Amino acid sequence: MSRLSQRFADLKAQNRAALVVFTTAGDPSASVSQAILNGLPEAGADIIELGMPFTDAMADGPAIQEASKRALAGGMTLQGVLEMARNFRQTDQATPIVLMGYYNPVYIYGPERFAQEAAKAGVDGMIVVDLPPEEADELLAPLSRSGIDFIFLTAPTTDDDRLPVVLNKASGFVYYVSITGITGTVSASEAAVGEAVKRLKSHTQLPVAVGFGIKTPEQAAAVARHADAAVVGSAVVERVAKGDVKLVHDFVAELAKGVRTARK
Amino acid sequence: MSEILKNSLRSGPDASGHFGIFGGRFVAETLMPLILSVEKAYGEARRDPAFTGELSHLLTHYVGRPSPLYFAKRLSEQFGGAKVFLKREDLNHTGAHKINNCMGQILLAKRMGKKRIIAETGAGQHGVATATACALMGLDCCIFMGATDIERQAPNVYRMKLLGAEVRPVTAGAGTLKDAMNEALRDWVARVEDTYYLIGTVAGPHPYPAMVRDFQCVIGLETKEQMKAQEGRMPDSLVACIGGGSNAMGLFHPFLDDGTIAIYGVEAAGHGLDKEHAASLAGGRPGVLHGNRTYLLMNEDGQIEEGHSISAGLDYPGIGPEHSWLKETGRVTYVSATDEEALDAFVNLTRLEGIIPALESAHALAYAAKLAPTLPKDHLMVVNLSGRGDKDIATVAKFRGEGGVG
Repeated sequence: MSRLSQRFADLKAQNRAALVVFTTAGDPSASVSQAILNGLPEAGADIIELGMPFTDAMADGPAIQEASKRALAGGMTLQGVLEMARNFRQTDQATPIVLMGYYNPVYIYGPERFAQEAAKAGVDGMIVVDLPPEEADELLAPLSRSGIDFIFLTAPTTDDDRLPVVLNKASGFVYYVSITGITGTVSASEAAVGEAVKRLKSHTQLPVAVGFGIKTPEQAAAVARHADAAVVGSAVVERVAKGDVKLVHDFVAELAKGVRTARK
Repeated sequence: MSEILKNSLRSGPDASGHFGIFGGRFVAETLMPLILSVEKAYGEARRDPAFTGELSHLLTHYVGRPSPLYFAKRLSEQFGGAKVFLKREDLNHTGAHKINNCMGQILLAKRMGKKRIIAETGAGQHGVATATACALMGLDCCIFMGATDIERQAPNVYRMKLLGAEVRPVTAGAGTLKDAMNEALRDWVARVEDTYYLIGTVAGPHPYPAMVRDFQCVIGLETKEQMKAQEGRMPDSLVACIGGGSNAMGLFHPFLDDGTIAIYGVEAAGHGLDKEHAASLAGGRPGVLHGNRTYLLMNEDGQIEEGHSISAGLDYPGIGPEHSWLKETGRVTYVSATDEEALDAFVNLTRLEGIIPALESAHALAYAAKLAPTLPKDHLMVVNLSGRGDKDIATVAKFRGEGGVG
């Protein structure tokens, strides 16, 4: 069983959702970023989304754009991202790592080479924002050979006719973008999230993670009542920007408390 | 011509929007259904006589088409070789070829029931053309423009505002065309219900590269007829500047299958190809950005680099995917001209023919100045004069160290 399946199965047995925490690799510096990453499981993150920085983060709001900028200014590369995953795996074998970013750096690295090295580094899944199912095969095939899940995004605009097109190629879990917009801006209502998760569940057996616009422990709890996972990105990244490892981990602990008590 | 079964170079893209390995639809899922709906709506519109009729009426009576094909006698004499003809897109309403595409897409947006139009702009020509189309149709208009470009294209910024558009400055990155496009995509994703993204060049996700090309093909189609009327035959060569590449594609496309015609696309070499430039075909490699796979300027890690050109309309680190494909097939020869060469050509045409060309178009003229003298006197060369240069006079004055403008 993959780390992702194992984690979702364990949490299902505990009747709670997963807290997925996003942080950009190399933000605000390589060493602080590694310290943040290494401490995330203890702070309460169940799954980690590790951002691959990119110059043109078209689907992201200012917080994550700035995070990419800081990471790139500090010299972070795709190889550096894998190095961080490798370091993390020296102390943690159970927490799934999902890489998230844009396609160009991976394409330039070479999808086959990247898939192999990512698997060796202990990466479990990938989200590539600008790779819809229509274009994904060239990365999907190498990832699948290396045992890495490709996690597709679904959005409020993905209607019932289109959902199967996306879900047919999905594995690991399904990421639901809860708003039509970029990261770190507006938030969806709990009712809207509940409806959307129900709609997705009628199309797939895969766990459903909900993200975009979740900023507080209360919002994370609201999402966790309906979905299999709540993803928090920009709100974490805003704290990462301050360079204070403890501040980040304390915030993650609060989020975790929200998620863990949501269904009680 | 008996090669009936010859493969056409004009049949692309394929059903999924690819020109060879280039093109495609590399967008976030939130936009995907929207892109598909634009494709469907365009597919229906182009076959609807009401749509094509209205477009053709606007092009004639509003844009002022056909634009002249002007034999530049004094310029040709100076070159001492080929006969040089200028396709006068600068004489279109709003002063550039951009309006051709805007007329087509604004009709499509209206047909799709959209109430708000967004667009990116570099030199401001596409922004002005879009704002003009929106004023004409009574639609809301928001133009994304890099802060650096706003500074160097002040007259166009004011024109857009006069036309009723909101001009939103983009400070991310270097504040140029690439960043404006990022911001327009971010806006679109947040306003999918009521907003139409009117892309100004033959780039972006399918169907934009093909659609913008189709709307610009009027340039090449007219050139064919005009050259036949004036000289009784087809031209021997075509020259056009390339940023994203829409004026070039519009001129080239109708001629692609006639292998006897030499075709040259001129990229912006900025300070020189070994320094800062915006020549993605000469100095870049295939990658993925802004919804398509194409040649891009990037570092070894796949991070996108800023383009540089004196012309705000050319400093984009990518190029339309069909150009990437035409480069690889070898059908079109891609060359470049530096800032300095373009400036010389700018001044030269102004003095010799009394026509102030856009700095973008001056790149095409700069290459023509190299090529024409090497060709025989019966060689017919068409240079696409894609826009007028009034917007650039402050930039030129500054570069030449001359005051009195601004």
